[in-house]
Amino acid sequence: MTNTIGYLAIILALFLSLAGAAAAFRAAKTRSSALTLLGRRAAYGVFGLATLSILTMVFALVAHDFSVSYVAQVGSRSTPLFYTVISLWSSLDGSILFWGWILAGYTATVVYIYRDRYRELMPAVTGTLLAVNVFFWLLLAWPANPFQPVFPVPPDGPGPNPLLQNHPFMGLHPPLLYLGYVGMAVPFAFGFASLITGVVGGDWIRAVRRWIMAPWIFLTAGIVAGAWWSYEVLGWGGYWAWDPVENASFLPWLVATAFLHSIMVQERRQTLKTWNILLVIATFLLTLFGTFLTRSGILASVHAFTEGLIGPFFLGFITVVLVVSLALVAWRSDQLRSEPALDSLASRETAFLLNNLLLVAFTFTVLLGTVYPLIAEALRGVKVSVGAPYFNQMSIPIALALIFLTGVGPALPWRRGSPDLLARKFLWPVAVAVLAGLAFWLLDVRHLGAWATLVLAVFAVGLLVGEFWRPAQARRRAHGEGWSRAVLNLTAKNRRRYGGYVVHLGIVVIAVGIALSSTYRREREATLQPGETVVFSGYQIRLDSLYAGREPHREFAEAAFSVARDGRPLARMTPRMNYYPMSTQPIGTPHVRTRPTEDLYLTLMAYARDGSTATVNIIVNPMVVWIWIGGGVVALGALFAISTAAGGAEPTRSRGSSTERQAEPVEAGVGGAER
Amino acid sequence: MSWKRILIPAAAIPIIALLAYGLTRDPNLVESPLPGRAAFDFVAPTLDGDTLSLSDLRGKVVVLNFWASWCIACIDEHANFTEAERRYADDDFRMLGVVYQDTPENARRWMQRMGGGWPSVIDASSRIAIDYGVYGVPETYFIDKNGRVAFKQIGPVSWMLLRQKVDSLLAQPTSTELKTGVSGAGALHSSGSQP
Repeated sequence: MTNTIGYLAIILALFLSLAGAAAAFRAAKTRSSALTLLGRRAAYGVFGLATLSILTMVFALVAHDFSVSYVAQVGSRSTPLFYTVISLWSSLDGSILFWGWILAGYTATVVYIYRDRYRELMPAVTGTLLAVNVFFWLLLAWPANPFQPVFPVPPDGPGPNPLLQNHPFMGLHPPLLYLGYVGMAVPFAFGFASLITGVVGGDWIRAVRRWIMAPWIFLTAGIVAGAWWSYEVLGWGGYWAWDPVENASFLPWLVATAFLHSIMVQERRQTLKTWNILLVIATFLLTLFGTFLTRSGILASVHAFTEGLIGPFFLGFITVVLVVSLALVAWRSDQLRSEPALDSLASRETAFLLNNLLLVAFTFTVLLGTVYPLIAEALRGVKVSVGAPYFNQMSIPIALALIFLTGVGPALPWRRGSPDLLARKFLWPVAVAVLAGLAFWLLDVRHLGAWATLVLAVFAVGLLVGEFWRPAQARRRAHGEGWSRAVLNLTAKNRRRYGGYVVHLGIVVIAVGIALSSTYRREREATLQPGETVVFSGYQIRLDSLYAGREPHREFAEAAFSVARDGRPLARMTPRMNYYPMSTQPIGTPHVRTRPTEDLYLTLMAYARDGSTATVNIIVNPMVVWIWIGGGVVALGALFAISTAAGGAEPTRSRGSSTERQAEPVEAGVGGAER
Repeated sequence: MSWKRILIPAAAIPIIALLAYGLTRDPNLVESPLPGRAAFDFVAPTLDGDTLSLSDLRGKVVVLNFWASWCIACIDEHANFTEAERRYADDDFRMLGVVYQDTPENARRWMQRMGGGWPSVIDASSRIAIDYGVYGVPETYFIDKNGRVAFKQIGPVSWMLLRQKVDSLLAQPTSTELKTGVSGAGALHSSGSQP
């Protein structure tokens, strides 16, 4: 019964999205309002059916209905309810169902919000989104069907992968990532629709800007949450390993970041049209590519699920999207011709171009490292793996240049900056950065990469603060406002700009966290008897006891340590090993004590069965917490930047750009010679 | 500039080709060092309450199948084992199951429902699975009359594969035969992993 309902919903969603896509594409050509309406209603219907199918699956999971194939794969009577519900995305078929549901949700939302706008474009946008839906519902109806009947019905299931039920973050990281990933279909749909209809420039650019920002926020938060999850769960004290699937989430992020900068150039200067279209197509393709890597098992990875027909399906879809999009770009190349872009080297356009070049170079670097094992095997028949050293070596210079630009970009005016203005803006930040560089060196920050990161971070923050300070100062003079009021009014007037600057500050904070934690991490292993103490990096770590216990879904061995510093007790820490019934290997759970300056990270590595000794790995990780904080700052800044829509400003979008311009006289007044 | 218009979409071809090639590989398949070596011996309790050791079956072709009641692919291959047991009833052939990470009650119930008279041993702390390097269920090891592992199958065993392996092991259980069994394993593997 459950199987029938769930599967029926999937099949209906497939046919409805097919019919809707056909109607919408037809409407794009004929401008028929009846067909447009039909396409729109189909989008709502698909979302309703998707919701029905996902609720059916959640119900089956919670009810332990092992006659449903997906439940039989990931369910278990002993798994706690929370992990039972989130096991919806712990394995292949369920995660594709979740994906389809989010896609249907995005589709319905976009179609609803823009029901009265962009009339010449929306039918094609609807059609494109529904066509992407067709692919996912086809996948669910056939090779990834999670509702296959199982007979005989097993008495119990193996439960989700133990690693995925070891930390509540599993409830957060995948949905964020999916929201980011799947959301990239929306800007793609706009770009694709503009190619189909030939409406290549215009108002809709602003809609796209918002719709790249929303998934970008989710993707950023998802990546940071994933890093945090791996830090809290995997027990090696790191947060990023350049695993193919980590890269797969990072690649679309890089291209989307490039796009959300270059789209501003197009908005301002009606240029870079082809480039932007290519970026938006690349972003979407890279999300498909990332999914292909994860779901098809073509590269070895901790995330890779098993294959079957899903790989070939994805490859087919990637091929269609790639070939059709590129053919459309080639066909529309005449309309995509742009005006020349650069008036002066010292302009924001230049900064954006550099930023784009760097981000695209970064993308290629990561992409090459990710697929290199495949290339090597195809061309030379050897199995190689590309490790972290390659990625680190290649990415550090690019990352440093990008940090430089996070500060310089916002400080440069559009078109051209006068030497006078530039001197005023750059003098203090440069002076402070030079002093800071000396100070860091004297403070024994002698690792070149870390030192350069810190210096550039100071420089960038100096420039960014100046961007707040200068106009705030002008407001104070003009309106007699206090500092906080001036900054508040200023940022509220131009959320998009200042939200963006906050995002930049967050990125700088993340960079500092990464640089310091990766270069100044200290680590040692110690085997202790109860009562024995090891001293490491100023911490006195005493093993108090070692004991075993049982929880409904697992057994565990736990070691209790008292941690003190200079004889003053700091914390009781209890790293453990969990034993899940369906896993031969224990899953370690480190215990992390987080402080603003450094983390103390204990992992139980081994222990004697009689409780006489425990081996603990001690890691002292400086400044890690700033990566998570920076991630939060980025998300908040970006939310602030797009928050104008929430205030109902959406219908007045055509005047929207005036909000942007309003703030400029203020700044021009400050900058004086800016224009 | 029409060549340009063709060239842009054509840029996609090498990428697609590379990914298509990638699909033909399975990076999770780690070549097992076991084929050609003596199968690890074990003594373990069976589901029926007896005790069984692998070395007791020396001189027979043994199909050692790791399974669990929660394993769906195990349902698919089970009928093939039932059929093999019937077909080779008069030969030097034995089916032997190893219950992988499952409760004895669930395993017993499953076996009763699915049918099949061969014994299955309980692998209490996954010792046997660890010795054999089991990655997941189902996995099946074909052991020759000399007690050597001739072939390892990851994933369900098809009737074709089962018959082919058992027939050849029953026919010529010499050490030279084993070598070809090993070299043939790779080819069978890749064809077997694509349903």
